[in-house]
Amino acid sequence: MAEIHLESVTKRFGDVAAVQDIDLVVQDGEFVVLLGPTGAGKTTTLRLIAGLEKPTEGRVLIGGHDAAPRSPAERDVAFVFQQYSLYPHLSVYDNLAFPLRAPVRRQSREDIHKAVERVARMLRIDHKLENRATRLSGGEMQRVAIGRALVRQPSVYLMDEPLSSLDAKLRSELRLELQHIQRDLGATMLYVTHDQIEAMTMATRIGVLDHGRLVQIGTPREIYESPRNTYVATRLGMPAINLLPAGAFAGAAMPPGTTLIGARTEHIVVDRGQGGGPRARVEWIEHLGDQNHLHLVMGDHRLVTLVGADTNLSVGDELQVSLRRPLFFAADGERIAA
Amino acid sequence: MSSASTTAHSVVEPSANSKRLAGFLVILYAVISMIPLAWIFATGWKTPPDSISYPPKVVFDPSLEGYCNLFTTRTRQTQDYIEAQGPPQGACDEVTRKREMVIAGPSNYVPRFINSLIIAFGSTFLAVALGVLSAYAFSRFKIPLADDLLFFILSTRMMPPIAVAIPIYLMYRELGLSDSALGMILLYTAVNVSLAVWLLKGFIDEIPREYEEAAMIDGYTRLHAFFKVVLPQAATGIAATAIFCLIFAWNEYAFAVLLTSGRAQTAPPFIPTIIGEGGMDWPAVGAGTTLFLIPIVVFTVLLRKHLLRGITFGAVRK
Repeated sequence: MAEIHLESVTKRFGDVAAVQDIDLVVQDGEFVVLLGPTGAGKTTTLRLIAGLEKPTEGRVLIGGHDAAPRSPAERDVAFVFQQYSLYPHLSVYDNLAFPLRAPVRRQSREDIHKAVERVARMLRIDHKLENRATRLSGGEMQRVAIGRALVRQPSVYLMDEPLSSLDAKLRSELRLELQHIQRDLGATMLYVTHDQIEAMTMATRIGVLDHGRLVQIGTPREIYESPRNTYVATRLGMPAINLLPAGAFAGAAMPPGTTLIGARTEHIVVDRGQGGGPRARVEWIEHLGDQNHLHLVMGDHRLVTLVGADTNLSVGDELQVSLRRPLFFAADGERIAA
Repeated sequence: MSSASTTAHSVVEPSANSKRLAGFLVILYAVISMIPLAWIFATGWKTPPDSISYPPKVVFDPSLEGYCNLFTTRTRQTQDYIEAQGPPQGACDEVTRKREMVIAGPSNYVPRFINSLIIAFGSTFLAVALGVLSAYAFSRFKIPLADDLLFFILSTRMMPPIAVAIPIYLMYRELGLSDSALGMILLYTAVNVSLAVWLLKGFIDEIPREYEEAAMIDGYTRLHAFFKVVLPQAATGIAATAIFCLIFAWNEYAFAVLLTSGRAQTAPPFIPTIIGEGGMDWPAVGAGTTLFLIPIVVFTVLLRKHLLRGITFGAVRK
C-alpha cells in the first residue's frame, strides 16, 4: 500500500477545466471519499491518478514517486469503473484472473487459481466462476468488478461510483462489505461518489468537489457539522439543509454579517406553542415509515424537517418554529463561526 | 396496441396475417433469387445437347459430362484409335469416348481455383488486418485531419474500380506485378481496405474504451489490450467485414480478365473460356460455377451467426 499526493493538479479539456488546482494527500491505509455532483471532476481526479489522463499542471505522486513517467500498468493501481467493468467475452473466472495474467505480473497458474478462489469466496461469487460475465445480475457483475481490483494487492484502489448502478438493498450490503474489506486489507482507497450516505458511512475523510475544485476535506463529522460554505452544507444531510434568509428569524441571536441561516432538521424545533417566534403552516407530510418529512411554509419560505412517525400533526396545522444552534453563512456563502 | 408493454426487448407482436404475408414475400424473394442458381446447378448435370435444347429441359437424365469436361482437356480421335485404347478407365473416360474423344490431360480449372482461393483469402486477410488496425487508430486516437482522411479513404470507392484499370495495368506492367498472385492480392486489398476501415471503425466505436483502460490498469500494454480485449469483442464486425471483402475478391471479374492470363488467373475469367466443340460447353460452365460457389457458401455459413448480428449492428440495440 502507498500514499497518494496530488500537488496542485489541474486538468483542462480544451477550455474546460475538469480539475482545478487540487492538493490532496491520501494517507497509507486511508479511505478517502470524493463527493460531488456529476461534472465536479471526481472521475477525472481518479483517471489522473490511474494515468489514464495526464495532468495539464501539477504532479501526481504515488508512494512518494512522481507517477508521470509511468504508464497505467506500471502505476500498480486498481480501478473499479462505474460501468462496463467486466470483459464480456470472458468468464467470471477469467475476468478475475485477467490482472494476474498480465505481462507485468506473470504469476503461476496455481497462484492465480488460489487468488481467484479467495476473492470469489470473499465476495460470494464462487458459484458463478464458470458463468459468462454477461450472464450475471447487476450486483454480481459489480462484485466481480470489485473482485478484479481485490485479486491483486495494488498500492492503491480507485473506485468510481462502484455501487451507483445497484439497487438500494445491494448497495447497502456491498457498502458494508467494502468497508470490511478495506479495513481487513489496510488498503489505501480513493472512492468517488455522489451518494452522501456512502460518503458518510465509509470515509475516513471526505473531500467535497465543486466544479473541479476541492472545496473542503475533513472527517465526515467535520464536513457535516462545520461545512465551509453553503455548497458543502447542501451536499450532506437528508432532508437537505434549509437555507433561509437571516430576516426570517429576525429575533434570533446570530453573528454579525449573517445573511443566510442553514437549518438542518436537528436544528429545527417545532411545537404548537404560542410564543413570539416565527410561525409556519404544515403544507405536506411525507410518511417514510419510521419517520415523517414535514414540509412547512413560513411566510415566503419553505422548509423541510423530520418528525417522528407517531406525530399527530396534519396538513394546515399552525406551528411555532425555533432554531437550536443552526449554521450561519455570510453573503458570499462562507460559513461564519457562531 | 393495447398490449404495448415497455420492456426493452418487446415489440408489438405482428398479426397472424402480416406474418403470413411477410413469410410469403420472403419465400417469393428466395425462390426468384434461387432460380438462376438452381438452373446453373442443373446445367452442370446435363449433357451438352440437353443444356441448349429448346424448350429447355427441366427433367433430364443426369450426366457426369459437365464435370468431366470441366476437369479435363480432350482430343477428337478416330474410332479405330479409341478402340485400340482398350476398356475405358473410369466414368469420365467412358463419357468422353461416347463423343469420339479421349482425355488428353487435366484442365486448368483446379490451378485457377487454387489461384482464386489464394488471392481472395489473402487479400481478405490483408484488408481486414489493415482495416482493423487503422479503424482502431481512427476510433481511439486524436489523429490530425481524421475526418478528411476517412473521407479520402472512402473516396477511393466513389468511382467504379475499373475506371483506373488502365493506369493500374500500366503500373503493374512496369512493376512486374502483371499476372502475379501478389499483384492481385495487393489490388483487391487496396479496393477492400476502405470498406474494411469504415465498417470496422463503426464496430470499434461501439466498444467502450473503458475495457481497454481497465486492461491497461490491470497491467497490459495498449497492444496487449487491443488483442485481448478489443479484437474478441470486434469479432462480429471482423466476420461481417471479412465476408464482404471475400465476396468482392472472390467474384471480381474485370481486373482479373485484364491483369491475369496464365499463372495467376482466377476462376471467374477462366470459367467462360471453357469452350467445347461447336460452342460453349454449358454443362462444364455450370459445373465450374457450382463448385466455385462452395467456398463462399462454406465461409458464410461458418460465420453466419456473426454476420446476422453484424449487418444489423447498430440498428438493433441489445
